[in-house]
Amino acid sequence: MKMKHVLPSLVVLALSAGGATADEETTLSIEGETLTIRADAPAHAEELDEVISGWVFRSSETQALQLDDFDNPAFVFVDQAIDEWDKVDGTEGKACSSCHENVEDFAGLRTQLPRVDGGQLVTMEELVNECRTDRMGAEPWKWTKGKMTGMTALIGLQSRGMPMNVAIDGDATPFWEDGKDLYYTRVGQLDMACANCHEDNYGNMIRADHLSQGQINGFPTYRLKNAKLNSTHARFKGCMKNIRATPYKVGGPEFKALELYLASRGQGLSVETPSVRN
Amino acid sequence: MAKGVKPRVKVPKTAAAGETITIKTLISHKMESGQRKDGDGNIIPRSIINRFTADFNGQNVIDVTLEPAISTNPYFQFEAVVPESGEFKFTWYDDDGSVYETSKKVAVE
Repeated sequence: MKMKHVLPSLVVLALSAGGATADEETTLSIEGETLTIRADAPAHAEELDEVISGWVFRSSETQALQLDDFDNPAFVFVDQAIDEWDKVDGTEGKACSSCHENVEDFAGLRTQLPRVDGGQLVTMEELVNECRTDRMGAEPWKWTKGKMTGMTALIGLQSRGMPMNVAIDGDATPFWEDGKDLYYTRVGQLDMACANCHEDNYGNMIRADHLSQGQINGFPTYRLKNAKLNSTHARFKGCMKNIRATPYKVGGPEFKALELYLASRGQGLSVETPSVRN
Repeated sequence: MAKGVKPRVKVPKTAAAGETITIKTLISHKMESGQRKDGDGNIIPRSIINRFTADFNGQNVIDVTLEPAISTNPYFQFEAVVPESGEFKFTWYDDDGSVYETSKKVAVE
């Protein structure tokens, strides 16, 4: 035990010289499971040395909310999704549970999405809606609305603690390249790219906000500012409005490509779904 | 009955005799204050949880009156002493007359 304490503190000394901010020794442990909140950056994230979960950048009060599943307000919506899981809907008289016996069977799915299926990039929202329209004969859910975010949180929760690991080779390469282009393209009245804040300036304050790396390993995430679960695409939209740009379409090819690229930048971080942020 | 109401409670499964335990409760409820107006300018009627109680083996532990200013999904955390094994019973009273109940057993070792 002694050794374990000695090593991280040495790391702190080395890094604090480089202007790192948040407390390097904090660990995220939920229900007895320790999550990876810092990892060596993958080779394809050339400008980063280390990938850091957004949890690290939040205040201690916000961090504490995620440590216990009872205190985590996102679980109100996860509970609603558990009810929805067994609810029959549509013309086929089926519920999710008619085909998928156990939601636990989805362990690991969240780490691999978005992925390429039959030449198309698909996200979890699209997989859920494909089930609803093609197999249940029900109306699709809206991408960013409560029923969808609750269900993607429930499915994502099954992968909590597993490392993010999306495929970016083969069929996925062109989508990944598109996402990377978007990440580095300046847009909007403020003429800013994702990278200007989340790569060049993470750890710094932008007025009252503490900039994170913009990792998406915790999505859908419960945000204190709107007291609900937020999807990745809704968050992208928020960012684009902040830089006075016209947001791309939620569920459109741009945001899907960006989602793949961002997921790949978080390679190695644990899935935290559903996380709590401000 | 208001929609989507679901009580959640966290109570330790075991405790020592006379130990003070922490209890957390949360009920999902929209807690409509009665102050807001809809798009046509009509007042949206008040619909809140107005009372919350917790009892241990029939003895009252806490009895709370809730007011309209309390926000959505009201959360209570409080402490109780458990002298013996028994059951906590939690009750929420809705404005519309609905009563939501849940209970949790504690074993004293």
